[in-house]
Amino acid sequence: MTLRERLHAWRYNLVPDHIIGEILEKKWTDSAIPFVVLVATVVGFGTAIPGFFSPYSLQESTRQLGEFSLVVIGMTVVMLGGGIDLAVGAIFALSAFAAIATFFIFAMPVWVACLAAVGTGVLIGAINGFLIGYIRLRAFLTTLVTLIIGRAIFEILIVNYAGKAQMSQVYSDLWDFIGDDTILGASVPVWTALIIAVVAHIALTRSRIGWHILAVGGSRRSAHNAGIQVRKMVFLTYVFSGFTSGLAGFLFATRLSGAGIGTGHGLEILALTAAVVGGNSLGGGRGSIVKGLMGAIIVLVMTNGLIRLGYGTGTNQMVLGVLLAAAVTIDIRWLKNRHKVLNEMYVAPVYLNMVDAPSAEAGSGTKYELNSKLSQARSIGLGEVEGPEDVILDRNDNLYCGTRHGEVVRFFAPDYTDWEVFAHVGGFPLGLAFDKDENLISCVGAMGLYSITPDRKVTRLTAETRRSLTSIVDDAVLRDPNDLDIAPDGKIYFTDSTKRYDAHDWTLDSIENRGTGRLLVYNPEDGSTKTLLDGYHYTNGVTIAHDKKSLLFCETWTCRIHRYWLEGPKKGKAEILIDDLPGYPDNINRASDGTYWMAWLGMRTPSFDLSLRHPDFRKRMTRRLPQDEWLFANVNNGGVVKFDDRGKILMTLGDLEGKSHPSVTSMREHKGQLFIGGILNNRIGVFDIEGADKTWTAPVDYWGEK
Amino acid sequence: MNLSTFNQERIVLIATVLVVIFAAIVLPGFLNVTNLISIVRSISVLGILALGMAIVIIGRGIDLSMVAIMAMSIAWYLQMLHTGYGETEALMLVLLAVVFIGAVNGFLVAYADVPPIFVTLATGLFVFGFVRSQLIPSDAVTVPAGHWLEAVGAARFAGIPVDVFVFLTLAFATFLFLRFTKWGRYVYYAGDNPAAARNIGIPVRPMLVLRYILSALFSFIAGLLTAASLLSIQTRVINSNLLYDVILVAVIGGIGLSGGKGGVRNVLIGAALIGILLNVMTIANISLLLQNLIKSTILLAAIILDGWLNPRDEQTAQQGDI
Repeated sequence: MTLRERLHAWRYNLVPDHIIGEILEKKWTDSAIPFVVLVATVVGFGTAIPGFFSPYSLQESTRQLGEFSLVVIGMTVVMLGGGIDLAVGAIFALSAFAAIATFFIFAMPVWVACLAAVGTGVLIGAINGFLIGYIRLRAFLTTLVTLIIGRAIFEILIVNYAGKAQMSQVYSDLWDFIGDDTILGASVPVWTALIIAVVAHIALTRSRIGWHILAVGGSRRSAHNAGIQVRKMVFLTYVFSGFTSGLAGFLFATRLSGAGIGTGHGLEILALTAAVVGGNSLGGGRGSIVKGLMGAIIVLVMTNGLIRLGYGTGTNQMVLGVLLAAAVTIDIRWLKNRHKVLNEMYVAPVYLNMVDAPSAEAGSGTKYELNSKLSQARSIGLGEVEGPEDVILDRNDNLYCGTRHGEVVRFFAPDYTDWEVFAHVGGFPLGLAFDKDENLISCVGAMGLYSITPDRKVTRLTAETRRSLTSIVDDAVLRDPNDLDIAPDGKIYFTDSTKRYDAHDWTLDSIENRGTGRLLVYNPEDGSTKTLLDGYHYTNGVTIAHDKKSLLFCETWTCRIHRYWLEGPKKGKAEILIDDLPGYPDNINRASDGTYWMAWLGMRTPSFDLSLRHPDFRKRMTRRLPQDEWLFANVNNGGVVKFDDRGKILMTLGDLEGKSHPSVTSMREHKGQLFIGGILNNRIGVFDIEGADKTWTAPVDYWGEK
Repeated sequence: MNLSTFNQERIVLIATVLVVIFAAIVLPGFLNVTNLISIVRSISVLGILALGMAIVIIGRGIDLSMVAIMAMSIAWYLQMLHTGYGETEALMLVLLAVVFIGAVNGFLVAYADVPPIFVTLATGLFVFGFVRSQLIPSDAVTVPAGHWLEAVGAARFAGIPVDVFVFLTLAFATFLFLRFTKWGRYVYYAGDNPAAARNIGIPVRPMLVLRYILSALFSFIAGLLTAASLLSIQTRVINSNLLYDVILVAVIGGIGLSGGKGGVRNVLIGAALIGILLNVMTIANISLLLQNLIKSTILLAAIILDGWLNPRDEQTAQQGDI
């Protein structure tokens, strides 16, 4: 190995590039930028302003923050529903005035003032909701106009009645308590905002009405077609926004006991900026209350901070303008390109040096030398089955296989011309095995481990294992359960080929070649699933050895067969049985004479082996070329191999012309015949084995006579 | 005569005539020449802004930064003159800045796909904030003594202030542009159905940038005229309802907010109605606050009517088009 190659190996095997793709797949990355901005803002202004974190200063700031957060929560809900509410500035001011007028001028109790404020808010919200939801006007302009109308009314009212309110002698302990005091160290606005935030969060994420609102925001037309009352939902979001802004106005009124021309001026811009800066998407459907709250803190700390640092008129607007433009642009570009970036970034190939294997070419004279014997195989279900990855026979000689349509198909003995759908499971049923009670257990690609009883009842056995501590994408889920076998004690040993790709993307895994395959065991007694081995390059076929003391499993992309000990001194340990095969091994099954059959999915090629030593090449390939021009592992030529317990190769079968079985993924011996399946094939093959025991069947041999 | 002949343009025209007749009878002094000239003059700045807005709206956009650009560009221009910049130097710098802001608006809308409402709201805020905090020391900046703007403000042709002629010239130029030039027609196609316009090979995105640059330039001209007539520029105009008056003129004249509809004639009619209405209210001694309320209520009615006459096309309206 040259130094250059060694450096390459280190670069691509030690630097965890794949983490970037996995992190990008996480939803919380949406909040990452706002969160960083939040921390930077608070820390920045906290250090720049002396006394920023002093209790008194915090108390005053949080009081204001509570009110502002309420407004932002309302704005967030409206935005999630696909709208926008600029009228909050007017609602806030009018509600504050309503509270003040009720309390100071009409000398009503505090709760009536609160009701008046909230009622004002709800009323204006309802008007907005009616115009936008039911008459379907444009949200931005409509609320802009109601904002102007509201402000005009407010200014007229303030000019005429502000003096009267100030002269009032009305006094109430409750009013002052709400405006000045604290409960458990936090002020009333903070508590109110917290409660409303929690309620709104739960409603949005866990209630029917919240889901409907998000659905309308996500896609109005689809929501309508799904039977959601789109107009009503839009209406309700504005009513809610009016409610929270009204509440905020009331709290403002109790804090200042007065209102002026400037009350709530520009609040709509602040709230809008906060909601967007927090990471809520314009146009709806994506976002959360928490994002709104993050944005509220960022904007309030920034604007108050700039004032306290003594920057002149206009600075605030300048900063807000930049913040708003940047947030909206980033949001839209992110939304548009995240998927693209993810697609490009996700495949992160690693270095692998495959040792040269003996040739399998015809005429090479090696033990692996392939022939064309499989082309003599007779076909079953030609053109009727699609993708029989695994095949299996029961005690009555009936033949079963999975198909890519998510069905398990049964061909009837003795001639296998009639067939039926035995059970519909979904996913892609891959590995099959019968247990002692003749339940058919299947590894279903993209779904998990399933059991089908003789009377066709489908139950899920397991779909997850324990999550590993360092995982970023949840690896508890079984993404690609591939093959299984059942130990005499009933434990089901099975493989999950990769954590990085879904079952149908197995070819991508060959390009990346990262070892993330697992061997797992399911215990039917307590229903638990345990990971036994991890970090193999695409674990695939599994079979219990003839002596039942170990199991054999293969690792496809490195072309190896491993033995895993179930008992004895090496219990729980794995060792390599056969190394450096010239083909990619798939399923393994027991043969009648105490040996094993193994399928070759495809044969190794020098070009792909070379590319495995050049991860940079594969990386460039996945980023710059369309997928149909990529270099994949060869699956055009495969075969069947027979080997014994010591790993000695006894025989090979191939179909060099590729007429009927170019790629083989499974085979079962049954009464002297070999049944052959292929995940990309349109048939099952039957091949007569010379000199094989014509009475031997796998169920009888393994589980005994019934 | 069936109902469909009552389109918005005619309704507004009839309303304008009715208001004029009503005012002529009830309000003494409405019909005298000085008042009429003052009406025309008052609507020329509004009209120029509305022309810029109309070009943008027809292309299915909106420009909320117009008033900020108008006030702040002129304020900075006058400030530069006060601090000793040469006339051409200052003018070039301001023009460059105006074109730049228009281009930023257009770029973000066209190439970053950000909704125009947010882009222009943000740039409007930024322009005001930046100029006010970094470039000028106070809210109002005066026109230096002996500057050519004084002459423009005082100039009269046939007794009519020069603003009016500027407005009419710009209106005629806009009319020629929209009606008789290829790019002018493209504005309608792009506003009517941007995706289809793009498919037939119209340079939709460069044209969007062009439209926002045009509206910024119109704002600058409106600013020059404002400064010429008042001999100073007050940056607090940002906080006034001028921007909404501009939208009001465009919408009430019958330029559909969903794009592709309307023309210069609609701006003229809208400006006439609003100008006369404002004048009537002022003569009738209605307070400014109440005027705001009345204007905004009319705007709401206009938007409801617009929504009714030009319902949003669910097929071509984008998701998130708010």
